[in-house]
Amino acid sequence: MLYLLINSAEAAWLPVAATDLAKEVDQLIYFLLEISVLASILVIGGFVYFSIRFRRKSEADKPPAITHHYLLEFLWSFIPFVIFMFVFGWGWLVYDKMRDHPKNALEIHVYGQMWNWDFVYKNGRKSSRVLTVPVDKPVKLIMSSRDVIHSFFIPSFRIKQDVLPGSYTALSFTARKKGKFPVFCAEFCGAGHSSMLATVHVMGLREWEEWLVKDPYKGMSISQIGESVFQKSCTACHTATQEKRIGPGLAGLFGAKREFEKGGSLVVDENYIRESILNPSARVVKGYGNMMTPFAGLLQEEEMTGLIEYIKSLKIEQKDK
Amino acid sequence: MSVNYLNEKKGLTSWLFTLDHKRIGILYMITVFTFFLVGGVFALLMRLELFGAGETFIPASVYNQFMTFHGAIMVFMVIIPGIPAFLGNFFLPLQIGAKDVAFPRVNLLSWYCLIVGSIVALCSLFFNGVDTGWTFYTPYSIRTDNGTLWVVLGAFIMGFSSILTGLNFIVTVHTLRAKGMGFFQLPLFVWSLYSTAIIQVLATPVLAITLLLLSAERIMGIGIFDPKLGGDPVLFQHFFWFYSHPAVYIMILPAMGVISELITTFSRKTIFGYKAIAFSSVGIAAVSFFVWGHHMFVSGQSEWVGVLFSFLTMLVGVPTAIKVFNWVATMYQGSIKFDTPMLYANGFLFLFVIGGVTGIMLATLAFDVHVHDTYFVVAHFHYVMVGGTLMAITGGLYYWLPKMFGRMYNEFWGRISFFLIFVGFNVTFFPQFILGFMGMPRRYHDYVPAYEPLNQLSTFGSWMIGLGFVVVFFVVLQALFKGEKASSNPWGAVTLEWQTDSPPPHENFHKTPVVGKNPYEYS
Repeated sequence: MLYLLINSAEAAWLPVAATDLAKEVDQLIYFLLEISVLASILVIGGFVYFSIRFRRKSEADKPPAITHHYLLEFLWSFIPFVIFMFVFGWGWLVYDKMRDHPKNALEIHVYGQMWNWDFVYKNGRKSSRVLTVPVDKPVKLIMSSRDVIHSFFIPSFRIKQDVLPGSYTALSFTARKKGKFPVFCAEFCGAGHSSMLATVHVMGLREWEEWLVKDPYKGMSISQIGESVFQKSCTACHTATQEKRIGPGLAGLFGAKREFEKGGSLVVDENYIRESILNPSARVVKGYGNMMTPFAGLLQEEEMTGLIEYIKSLKIEQKDK
Repeated sequence: MSVNYLNEKKGLTSWLFTLDHKRIGILYMITVFTFFLVGGVFALLMRLELFGAGETFIPASVYNQFMTFHGAIMVFMVIIPGIPAFLGNFFLPLQIGAKDVAFPRVNLLSWYCLIVGSIVALCSLFFNGVDTGWTFYTPYSIRTDNGTLWVVLGAFIMGFSSILTGLNFIVTVHTLRAKGMGFFQLPLFVWSLYSTAIIQVLATPVLAITLLLLSAERIMGIGIFDPKLGGDPVLFQHFFWFYSHPAVYIMILPAMGVISELITTFSRKTIFGYKAIAFSSVGIAAVSFFVWGHHMFVSGQSEWVGVLFSFLTMLVGVPTAIKVFNWVATMYQGSIKFDTPMLYANGFLFLFVIGGVTGIMLATLAFDVHVHDTYFVVAHFHYVMVGGTLMAITGGLYYWLPKMFGRMYNEFWGRISFFLIFVGFNVTFFPQFILGFMGMPRRYHDYVPAYEPLNQLSTFGSWMIGLGFVVVFFVVLQALFKGEKASSNPWGAVTLEWQTDSPPPHENFHKTPVVGKNPYEYS
């Protein structure tokens, strides 16, 4: 259910290669697979054949004492060594290209936090969970984490880079295919790790430029703004129903009485919702861990107001009761 | 029945305070198999949760705890002590013709370290639980629940068990060899234990220091790993893998030793390239200290460091390949009999070849970037650790069972157990290679629907493995209580442990053996 966002995951055994570099990686993958299958067949075939050919025929069998064979031993040390050095060099060459960050690249800032991805573009435009980039343009992601280590993994581009708190790492690519490609968090980061998903949306340059200057909340009611923020930033842990996920479901929250881990209780009002978003550890609801990342400084005022209005509007569905 | 180590003293205290290496070996056997059961149940529960996309029966927070317990128990309490402390304790002195290990009291102490460490680690089950994975990566391990501290301290204490066993083995091999037994007359199992012991003694203290630093960070906030205090979270990964990469050789080298024994015995032929196998063990042990960075190709370490570690990792492949070729060459023109232990040895070869070639793939930089932290890696290390070490320990158990207990197991059911485990293993883990290529990250409680069919196949396989080990359990029980009496040398093997009674007397040999020939002279 969680994954309706991402419907383009590939059923094939390698995801579609959407960059030139991905195609180069695939060539390396295919070569390694071919030579590995060949080597495995030789070795496994060898001992399976010996097993049949040299089965014990009688208890009086007297096998010869073959202790060594220098030429053979040299060959089966040297030939693997040469093959290993060859794939090492090839792997290095392609890796070197991955680590090459073009000077003219379009820079986008990426922030990981438990359990969400935020993107900030040069003109100040922000997005969450959807990274929007133009096709055929080199893009450089400058990445950091707001809490623990995450890892930004785009299977269709065959690239991955850990995202660290306290320092920056980078990832560069030039997308050659338009479309939506899934992004996974690949470094274990807690309860929401497997729902820390995003999409790379590759579009035409003009379309992208239009997107970049569009006010994402234009023409929306406050509550609709809130809903769109909720969909981007909250759904890894919260539902708009009563269903518990990592955090509580939010339907019927407003005006209800809540008890806290550290004792005490109150009737949920605007101030409590605001506090729980900006500084969640202040009053954690009974039965839940102190896991939420503070959103202080990450939301604009209209987004905060929108969220409060949206949460207010979530009513308990009556059909069950 | 004649007097032997099993019946010479009676009562629980005679076991709990025993100084006999054979009885300590049996204590380890019971401990390791108990933890294997616990770790295995966690694995089956995880696979059950992964049977379908979405939450199947446990929430993510519980799944992550199962994942952590499975990993930590299997690594620290099963695979690391598995072969050295259980089979090694029992057979190292026997294979070199000694009465016991060099320090019998230290040997007992190391068992108690494992027990105390395990109890401390399992305490976390009753407190807040632990959900970091067995790798305890910072800063997540600094900010998550307090259960982490218990497991970290438990692993710290268990480390001493490993260090003490290693030290004991090194001294034993140097000082207690039978008359006439030089280093090149040592059985290859002893060589592998010796190489393992070197790693245990040199690398485990680094883990101890790392875990202490992590505890200090959690309790006092000393700011070594926590970026909020100016620390470097990636430094922890360097420290951690500086131990934990050599540790995977602690896990696999003894298994290779067992395989060398099984293949010569059941081919009834001297080992091919004795010195090559012996030195490759030492070579692997030495190089293993300089490859830790291959766990960190995408961690943010510099490109040149990545290149260097990729190169050094390729070098480990060479002595490993040499061993495999030598085993296959040993079978050439042999007189091969497929009793259960030999089936397991061949199963090992099959799975280890796949584990090995995928290891070379992962050492290749650009390849690793795509599959790093995906199910491809999960499949790879299960092929090496389970397909390798666990096949060896089970094969070794069948092989030495007659010697340890003086009873034969049921051959038919032994083979059935192999069939179930071998087929089940491949059904479980081969699909995970493909899932890794498809991009499914590891440690995921939930996944996109496209990954569902292969995950279901994998879960079916896990049930087969589980059933296979249930069969092993009953085969062993049946052998212990109803098995036919075993002769002193049922396999026609030539190493020293087969020259004494089954089971051996208290001090192993009625007459101290004198060695005049190489360890595997059959003809």
